[in-house]
Amino acid sequence: MKLSLGLAMLLALSLAPSARAASEADYKAAYAAAEAASKEAAGMRNQWTVTVSALAAAKRAADGGDFGRAVAAAREAEALARASIFQAVSEKEAWKAMEIR
Amino acid sequence: MKARIHLLLGSLSAALVAFALAAPRVIAADKVDPVADAKAFQNFFFQKFPNVKHEDFVNGPYSMNEDMKRQWQEKEEFPPYEFALEAGKEMFSTPFKNGKTYADCFPNGGIGIRQNYPYFDSGEGKVITLELALNRCREANGEGPYSYVKDEMASLTAYMAYTSRGKLMDIKIPDDPRALAAYENGKRYFYTRRGQMNFSCASCHVQSPGERIRAETLAPALGILNAMPIYRSEWSGMGTTSRRFVTCNSQTRAVSLEPQSDEYRDVEYFLSYVANGLPISGPGARP
Ligand code: HEC
Repeated sequence: MKLSLGLAMLLALSLAPSARAASEADYKAAYAAAEAASKEAAGMRNQWTVTVSALAAAKRAADGGDFGRAVAAAREAEALARASIFQAVSEKEAWKAMEIR
Repeated sequence: MKARIHLLLGSLSAALVAFALAAPRVIAADKVDPVADAKAFQNFFFQKFPNVKHEDFVNGPYSMNEDMKRQWQEKEEFPPYEFALEAGKEMFSTPFKNGKTYADCFPNGGIGIRQNYPYFDSGEGKVITLELALNRCREANGEGPYSYVKDEMASLTAYMAYTSRGKLMDIKIPDDPRALAAYENGKRYFYTRRGQMNFSCASCHVQSPGERIRAETLAPALGILNAMPIYRSEWSGMGTTSRRFVTCNSQTRAVSLEPQSDEYRDVEYFLSYVANGLPISGPGARP
């Protein structure tokens, strides 16, 4: 029992650095994609508050070394940003359906 | 009714369904006709609320609910905006360092002119709101601009509205394609869905006036600017038109725009134009 726990810890320690490095790269890629989409949304004057918060959460998690959480938050931010872009594009015509006439 | 709005606001899935349902309906491109728009806009509210006197629409949520209206009328004996009004009057008559006053910047010394704002400035090709004109007046006289969302701006506009109470909104669209474009842009902004909730201004203020959202009763879009600026208990203070727009944007989880951005100026132009003929009632007080 004692031995296996020690082994497991050793194993974890030896694996951690490489797993960690990979996730940091994942995070950077996910964050860059999210940031690009959110900039596009902002350029269309259609940023959502939840996109901004998800981006901030991703950064916070990454700063704390939790790249798993950081990647998840960055992907959420990207999805939200894409939805806001879709909204802005479809509303270019769709707004007319709401008009009082 | 209440539960329905709460549900919509509370759940993302509902918002997504709304998103899916908002399929673009094809409407023939037609030309901008503000006169016809204003007529249709007013008729919509007059027919939807046949028991509300036309001039009462300018009282926001109070026009929608008799009990609220009674409480408000009692409160009007000691209105919570009184302090801001006094401060605004004082500020208005206090000279700038160069000896001039706000009165020097406005027609009729700034008294009884609220109903003409915003106006379209043909020289500049843009909409000029009262808040913007006040800050331009300050800057032209060597003073720093005030924040568009804070007390000083609310006090000044409160005083200017007060001297115009009862005057009928009278917004002009000059014969200038840029004026028409600004009006159309404001209209588009008003009806465009935004934010994660996928709501437009019209979702709340056209489709749901009188319904409750959290603790508040939604004001009708008709005459919605006539009472500005307003005192709100939730703000524990006064709020300008700019502040209200920013707050309404955030409620839908949309990042708000800068106060006095083109979109906000244009939507103010549109909403004021379609309220032509309704009296100025500001400053207002809200629960
Ligand atoms: C999610 C619903 C919602 C949306 C969307 C919304 N508002 Fe509002 N608005 C409110 C609530 C709630 C209040 C406070 C209660 C009231 O007065 O209606 C309010 C108040 C206002 C008022 C002050 C009315 C008064 O008499 O006190 C103005 C002006 C206003 N909104 C303009 C807008 C504009 C312009 C937009 C679009 C940019 C907008 N609102 C979008 C919910 C909304």
